[in-house]
Amino acid sequence: MRNHVRFKGIKKLYIALIFIFMYAPIAMLIVQSFNKSKSRGHWGGFTLSWYRSLFTNADIGQAFVNTILLALLSSVIAVVLGTMACICMSRMRKTPRTVMTGITNIPMLNADIVTGVSFMLLFLTLRIQFGFGTILLAHITFNIPYVILSVMPRYRELNPHIYEAALDLGASPVYAFFKTVLPEIMPSILSGGLMAFTMSIDDFIITHFTAGAGVHTLSTKIYSEVKLGIKPEMYALSAMIFLSVLVLLTLVQRGSNMLGVGGKED
Amino acid sequence: MNNELIHLSHISKSFDDKVILDDLDLVIHENEFVTLLGPSGCGKTTTLRIIAGFETPDRGSVIFDGKDITQLPPNKRQLNTVFQNYALFTHMNVADNIAFGLRIRKQSKSYIEDKIAYALKLVGLEGYEKRSVSRLSGGQQQRVAIARAIVNEPRVLLLDEPLGALDLKLRQDMQYELIRMKNELSITFIYVTHDQQEALTMSDKIVVMNQGYIQQMGTPEEIYNEPENAFVADFIGDSNLFPAVFLRDGLISVDGAEFPCVDKGFGEGRAVDIVIRPEDVELVEAGEGTVTGEVTDLIFKGVYYEMCVDVAGREWVAHSTRPCPVGDKVGIRVDPFNIQVMNKPASEDEEAVPTNE
Amino acid sequence: MNKTKKIAGSLGIPYMIWAAFFIIVPLIMVFWYGLTDADGHFTFANVAAIANPAHSKAFLMALLLSLIATLVCLVLAYPLSLFLVQTQKDSSSSLTMLLIIPMWMNFLLRTYAWQSLLEKTGVINTFLSSLGLAPLRMINTPGAIILGMVYNFLPFMILPVYNSLAKIDENVVNAARDLGAAPGQTLLKVIFPLSLPGVISGITMVFIPALTTFVVSSLLGGGKILLIGNVIEQEFMVAYDWNLGSGLSLVLLVFIIISVVVSAFTDRGEEA
Repeated sequence: MRNHVRFKGIKKLYIALIFIFMYAPIAMLIVQSFNKSKSRGHWGGFTLSWYRSLFTNADIGQAFVNTILLALLSSVIAVVLGTMACICMSRMRKTPRTVMTGITNIPMLNADIVTGVSFMLLFLTLRIQFGFGTILLAHITFNIPYVILSVMPRYRELNPHIYEAALDLGASPVYAFFKTVLPEIMPSILSGGLMAFTMSIDDFIITHFTAGAGVHTLSTKIYSEVKLGIKPEMYALSAMIFLSVLVLLTLVQRGSNMLGVGGKED
Repeated sequence: MNNELIHLSHISKSFDDKVILDDLDLVIHENEFVTLLGPSGCGKTTTLRIIAGFETPDRGSVIFDGKDITQLPPNKRQLNTVFQNYALFTHMNVADNIAFGLRIRKQSKSYIEDKIAYALKLVGLEGYEKRSVSRLSGGQQQRVAIARAIVNEPRVLLLDEPLGALDLKLRQDMQYELIRMKNELSITFIYVTHDQQEALTMSDKIVVMNQGYIQQMGTPEEIYNEPENAFVADFIGDSNLFPAVFLRDGLISVDGAEFPCVDKGFGEGRAVDIVIRPEDVELVEAGEGTVTGEVTDLIFKGVYYEMCVDVAGREWVAHSTRPCPVGDKVGIRVDPFNIQVMNKPASEDEEAVPTNE
Repeated sequence: MNKTKKIAGSLGIPYMIWAAFFIIVPLIMVFWYGLTDADGHFTFANVAAIANPAHSKAFLMALLLSLIATLVCLVLAYPLSLFLVQTQKDSSSSLTMLLIIPMWMNFLLRTYAWQSLLEKTGVINTFLSSLGLAPLRMINTPGAIILGMVYNFLPFMILPVYNSLAKIDENVVNAARDLGAAPGQTLLKVIFPLSLPGVISGITMVFIPALTTFVVSSLLGGGKILLIGNVIEQEFMVAYDWNLGSGLSLVLLVFIIISVVVSAFTDRGEEA
């Protein structure tokens, strides 16, 4: 019995070590954002000056706005297109559905670098001006699969009688969809959208190939600074984004638990 | 007989070249409890969905109260459905589920509240208004589904295997409740099931279906006592179903043994099917019956014993309150009134495949 | 009802057009550029350029490092997933959350943070020297790149493996024990085969980004170790030789297609 308990302890320790490994660099960056010394390995005392100077740094500000705007627009558009596609695809016959699912999976399974250069070649060939628009198109494209991946299973396991029950009770098809089907698949739409939003924020490679000169997201800005050393303001901004998202997600989780959103708890 | 309410006229329907219904004709009267009974795939659910408006027939028309509603969308029809697995809106509480149809019809708040209270009382769920439907038991969900349908005061309530997911005891209780509700509401119930016991218990009229055809239509007594063909006889209740020869009016022969019967007019020397219910097979002393056989199985079934008797290679099933031990020789006698003679299926198409469902 | 079906069917049209234009056409572009020269004539030279010593060295290096990284990910992730399934029931959504949260800290910064941990005067070496140990040379080595790959792509291994393990019916495991299998045998003969689809999906999800990365190598390899991703990136962004870049990308595509087919195959096996 004691052996068993010890083994359980080892398991917990192992789980903890992996998550320490995952989170150590993040802790490192957050500590760095309060470090007075610009050199990374050396603790020069606590300061908030990077946070102060962050708000006067127009470059980083612009990159931040671009990043958030891109993530918002691309995830919202991906959610709308992806959800519509799910409704259509779930009604397809097997072969066309397999083909569509296969095509949908391409951006997810393909290497980012190949997706990135393929977009670059498309925009070059069509002589489309590289900039915010081209990044947005690319982000929407690689975001849609995450939405479909999240919504499709939920939509397909949805009891088809729910929609019919609404019609049976006198609802018009549109009313029935928005009142019964949409609320049932909403959790999956939200998690798909969150995933898409995350992917867009975190993307560097595809943005790198579709951005062109002049337009920066946080990712491309960081990449351009790597050689010369990343400005500590960037740490401050990232720490703020990270912590605010963490707080936000915790609140949402807490709130949804309290309201019992998410339907069945099984 | 009440007024004719629904007339399904020459309905045909196929899915992907598979014929589900073929030239089905069915009349349902006001205030009837009609059960569509048959094995899975027999077309009973499709029939129900055509009445509800979820499917459009390929041919034929649906007449409701004298008007053709074949093309009318389900939300415009004066009938409501209780779905298999209930199809409750899990993101709404009990009251909001029940109020769904009333809100669409823009009823007043006080009217809706009264209706909810009335419906919950009818289904025995008073005080459950604010409960989340996903936290209800199966039986309770079933009741909410019924309440949600009936508050809209439909002329017809369609029920698609509504008790299928409940356990036996609950199912039996709900059967009585449904009869009570039907009497209280005095509306038409159209009920789909594959459970013959349910059909016999509740219905005014049973429509036995198989492979897209109506096999027989009638009261539970007619269906049980006078099955028109081998399929119906086999599907409803336990039965001894034998091929026989119709010797002349009032006499048939089974495996060479002659049995008097009461049926007439099948034509001398014609091959027919006969059905004898196990409770109508009387076991007597060996030599005293029409035929003699040996008991091969004896099973206690609670109210009665079931015995299998081997008569010259054919197995007869008999129900009796008095057991006969295995190995005993027994005689078999059947009251002429209890032998039901049936025509063999007329065509290949109508070949009634017995199903053990 | 037919009308409803028609409307539902037409909802997919915008996405189909989108997919055709932004998924299919761009891929065709890669083939087009990869198989033509600067004047638009058909050639295999861009693909054959993989045999060029500089390219093949970068490619083989990428192959080697990504295979090691994939193996390390599997070795780390499998016990983790197993322990998680055994100790934490129903932790799927919180696990997903825990693995996604790091993504809110920029991917480049996370990788860059390892520089601070690994470099000559970094956190780890400072710690070692405070113990009186000799500093280790860690940054700008192949090992550092493998570490970066494992760090970045480990979640892609954990999630599918965990999900496939969590799906296994507890009674199947109990049945194996009931029939006399020891814990080790149960793991080897029952649990592992049942989790294979997740393992294979995890392998492709780690191997592909690791094989093709240029970011990890340029951040942790200090520009000294070139991977095939770096070569392609430079062809596009520095040398502007899109034909050559596309040709080399086609070589990667072959590997990608193989992994996609393999994982699709195991997926289908799982469904059946």
